[in-house]
Amino acid sequence: MKKRPIGKNILYVILIVYAVITLVPFLWALSSSFKSLGEIVSGSINFIPKNFTIDNYREIFTREPLFGRWLFNSLFIAVIGTFLNLIFNSMAGYALARLSFPGKKSIFIIILAVLMIPFQVTLIPNFLILKEFGWLNTYQGMIIPGAVNATFIFMMRQFFINFPKEVEEAAAIDGLGKFGTFFRMVLPLAKPALAAQTIFVFMAFWNDFMRPLIILSDESMFTLPLGLNSFKGQFISFWNYIMAASMVFTLPILILYAFFNRYFVKGIKFTGEK
Amino acid sequence: MVKGNSSKKSRREAGQGYLFMAPVLIILGIFVIAPILCAIYLSFHKVELLGGTHLEFRGLDNFLKITFDDRAHIALKNTVLYVVIVVPLQTLLALVLAASLNAGMKGQKFFRIVYFLPTLTSSAVLTLIFMWMYNQNGLINHILHMLHLPTYNWIGDPSVALLAIMIMNIWATAPFFMVIYLAALQDIPDSHYEAAELDGATGLQKFWHITVPNLRPVTSFVVIMGLIGTFQLFDQSYIFSGGSGGPNNSTLTVVLLIYQYAFKSLGTMGYATALAFMLAIIILIATLLQRKFSKEESLY
Repeated sequence: MKKRPIGKNILYVILIVYAVITLVPFLWALSSSFKSLGEIVSGSINFIPKNFTIDNYREIFTREPLFGRWLFNSLFIAVIGTFLNLIFNSMAGYALARLSFPGKKSIFIIILAVLMIPFQVTLIPNFLILKEFGWLNTYQGMIIPGAVNATFIFMMRQFFINFPKEVEEAAAIDGLGKFGTFFRMVLPLAKPALAAQTIFVFMAFWNDFMRPLIILSDESMFTLPLGLNSFKGQFISFWNYIMAASMVFTLPILILYAFFNRYFVKGIKFTGEK
Repeated sequence: MVKGNSSKKSRREAGQGYLFMAPVLIILGIFVIAPILCAIYLSFHKVELLGGTHLEFRGLDNFLKITFDDRAHIALKNTVLYVVIVVPLQTLLALVLAASLNAGMKGQKFFRIVYFLPTLTSSAVLTLIFMWMYNQNGLINHILHMLHLPTYNWIGDPSVALLAIMIMNIWATAPFFMVIYLAALQDIPDSHYEAAELDGATGLQKFWHITVPNLRPVTSFVVIMGLIGTFQLFDQSYIFSGGSGGPNNSTLTVVLLIYQYAFKSLGTMGYATALAFMLAIIILIATLLQRKFSKEESLY
């Protein structure tokens, strides 16, 4: 603003052009979801629908009676899975940061090593183990194997290492045990770290495609990404329905993001810190 | 607390430590550690899943088979091509966007929210949106036509199908890395820039001589995360091609091939496991090479 306004203008052009490039696919999908099939196949490129209609949204729930079920499955798995991750990862991170017990160092190294193993290596044995347990096509088969996450155990450990000791000392004086201290005093103060974790873990469950593809074969157990994929197979030329279904699927994440947005940049910084 | 204060107290703390660790130890044990050992075992066997699970020892056959399996070569070639093009471009784009945003621009918050939309959206939804835009009669061809550029059958033409996925994923992933860069940019002291300004440095000079070197460790992190992510390309290829890797194997990736051998054909699960190990080793080597190349201590 002081000098070189030309440079600033170029930056604005970059930022605005890229914002348009980012928004166009979403706006196009949103606009298509409010158009009739006739308008869709005509191949016109108007972003404002000529005959605005919400029929597509109504139709997807009646044409595909399982759509509501998929929505529920996705929500259930993502909510419970995220909740378990928050508790388990934090507990482990806390133990690794603050408690002393034999084998702590080896456990920590194993957790770091797990971070390096690509998910595909464990995928096939995981399928066989779940099959052995009778957990294919079940909620627990989707939730339990993903109920802990090495990345966030690591992140929570970093968080608790820098956590003020006074809180625990005060709790100890009040006669709280380790569990009481952790759940009543420490965890509520770990909100910023938990918020970032919530978004990432929820997104991972919500958007996961490959694991459900392998674990879930029963249509009524499908999550939304799988349902969407099979929906696309059934209604391949009905892009108005497919786009409406895509929009329904995107909404919950946007709401979650709106809630936790302010923790975001802060939260991501954790992963990059030593 | 003095060390060795009382053995009873430290025993109690140890017990509590294990209790705190218990869920993680049990779940990692059953669903990560045991599967890794199991995967090693499976990779030396032929696996039949009819009725129960039948294993037949085959030694190194599965690993040798990779060398003369044409589809494995195609998958590897596609995947490497994808990695080599996507990782540098998405990293560069992320850096440019972050630096532009960080230059004290008005509306930073607005841009950040907009740019983050693709990261929030699931790969399934993004792939469907792009398939709709890539339609022969779709938005992208319309725009190309308006600009007097050649149009393509993006989904059906083997020579551009993988390119279509590359464009989509650079668009989708760059903003995520941009956020990581943004956080790191805020840690570069303003005094560096002020000193450069006194020396009469231009904006571009400041970018090359202050921003880029200061971001080295973060770039290393971004490139490694990018390598790991791109080598594992699956969802987009699967949805794009309906699971086949077509047209004409042009979107077949290593992970898609692993999936096909493990779950879509009989008796090749052991071979699929061997392929998964090959992929793990390739990712490991790529990561190590990157580290050696950048000669900087990475953050990960």
